[in-house]
Amino acid sequence: MSTLQFIIDNYSEVIVLSWDHIWIVGLALIIAAAIGVPLGIFITGHKQIAARILNFANILMTIPSIALFGIMLPVLSLVNLGLGKVPAVIALVLYSQLPIIRNTYTAIKNVPHAIVDAAKGMGMNKWELLREVEIPLATPVIIAGLRTAAVMNIGIAAIATYIGSGGLGVYIQQGIDRVYPEMILSGAILVSLLAIIVDGLMALLERTVTPKGIKVQRKSLR
Amino acid sequence: MITYESVTKIFGTGREAVTALDNVSFNIPKGEIVVFLGPSGCGKTTTLRLTNRLETITRGNIYIDSQNIMDTDAVALRQRLGYVIQAIGLFPNKTIAENIAVVPRLLGWSQQRIDERVNELLQMVSLEPDMYRDRYPVELSGGQQQRIGVARGLAADPDILLMDEPFGAIDPINREEIQNEFLKLQTKLKKTIAFVSHDIHEAMKMGDRIALFDKGRLVQYDVPEIVLTQPKNKFVADFVGADRALKVLGLLRVMDVINRKPQNIVRAADRAQDALNFLNEKGLRYGIAIDRDKPIGYVTPKILKYEEGVVRDLVEKYPLFLKERTSLRDVLSFMLMHDQATFCVLDDNGNFTGTVTYNDIQKIVKESYADDTESNNNKV
Repeated sequence: MSTLQFIIDNYSEVIVLSWDHIWIVGLALIIAAAIGVPLGIFITGHKQIAARILNFANILMTIPSIALFGIMLPVLSLVNLGLGKVPAVIALVLYSQLPIIRNTYTAIKNVPHAIVDAAKGMGMNKWELLREVEIPLATPVIIAGLRTAAVMNIGIAAIATYIGSGGLGVYIQQGIDRVYPEMILSGAILVSLLAIIVDGLMALLERTVTPKGIKVQRKSLR
Repeated sequence: MITYESVTKIFGTGREAVTALDNVSFNIPKGEIVVFLGPSGCGKTTTLRLTNRLETITRGNIYIDSQNIMDTDAVALRQRLGYVIQAIGLFPNKTIAENIAVVPRLLGWSQQRIDERVNELLQMVSLEPDMYRDRYPVELSGGQQQRIGVARGLAADPDILLMDEPFGAIDPINREEIQNEFLKLQTKLKKTIAFVSHDIHEAMKMGDRIALFDKGRLVQYDVPEIVLTQPKNKFVADFVGADRALKVLGLLRVMDVINRKPQNIVRAADRAQDALNFLNEKGLRYGIAIDRDKPIGYVTPKILKYEEGVVRDLVEKYPLFLKERTSLRDVLSFMLMHDQATFCVLDDNGNFTGTVTYNDIQKIVKESYADDTESNNNKV
């Protein structure tokens, strides 16, 4: 109960920190999508590059977030951006690449061969094929990748507090430092809550962007 | 007209190279359906895919109306050639109307023209436009989806249609129906069609000619009758099957064997004894009783022997009558079912035009198998 009390007592600060958190994750997600989706589409046509890029994204994912912040610190310090929101956003963008690129790549690759063949055989060029057939059919899976990235990043953003990014991680970090359990719990609960809400919203988005013809298909299969 | 000139296709390079098509030459005459037939991996689909440049020719040339396809832009070429594949080739994210409209839209038609064309095509493949236009492919049955596939291929009214096992995924009953509908359409549209199939029955039915492939080679290229009756080698004979005499009958019709002036005609009003004398005199085993151009049945000497009345009251009725377009395969089946060696043929008004007997059928089958190269050449 005292945790709830803590949140109520500090509600204006909670809102600011939540907003910071959402803002960092949201911006990172937009940038990550802007890089990852086109990259994922591009590598569908280039098998060897695809293997390398996916490997690289895999390796990025294995680096512990604290370590990544540590590695980035001296590098970004050269341009005076070693601490704060910028390195946090950069780290989140890097972590998002794997789910986004992999989902995009897989989704485009999984468009049935016969459909791609029909499209080509009817005289669609590469762009028309992408725009009219491959991307619409791949969108649900691409969004699913963004969803994974978003939820994961909400967790990682909490850790980015250690490089001064702000956000709800502040409560966790300071709570630990001050041995203040209610404060730690408030941070943890709020981060989890945010993750659940975002996950739900992304699920909704996923459903909205699914082409109607495929939704009908799923219904009839049920 | 599509001309294939020494076309060779090799997939892969070096040690992994596979020759999918080996020096194939033939041509598809304007307005005809040529079925590319053969077991899987024989090169039939490769030939089709080379035609619209989904695959690239290794050696040789393909000409469409004497223009080399390698001199044209691949995308423009494909828009000129209708392409129909199995139902799974429909775009699941697009409605029926949008699916059909793909090529017209790529060609930049006005929306009004596209809408009109979509309605026209839906009617052509016997689907009610108002009911189906805005549905999605998955909401349609396999047969309906395939009709949409055909409509889509015809959308921009191409002179040439490439069809890759278009009716392969449909159940036999629906397939039969859609094949018939398509043939009916073709008599109106007169498209030049390359049609890939692995089904000998379909090939016999759909093809004006059959190009039979095996292991990348064109083994035989002929009209269906010749492929059946004069297979070039054992592969062809095996492929068309041991029942090829029956398949020949499937290609022949009553009008090919009809006897329009049978000797054994008696009038319905004749007295039984007169008819009996007539039959005995001529040594006939039976007579067909005709009443004002309509056959009412047949009489045998045994039936007539001790009777006083007129023929009309004594006849045995025929279980059914034939039309000129009835296939001989069906006729033979009727003969077996009804234990009847002769049937009468009627025109559309129900008037008697002739007879078909078992012997006539036997004779034409024998004739078509006679190894007579001269008649062979005449048929081609």
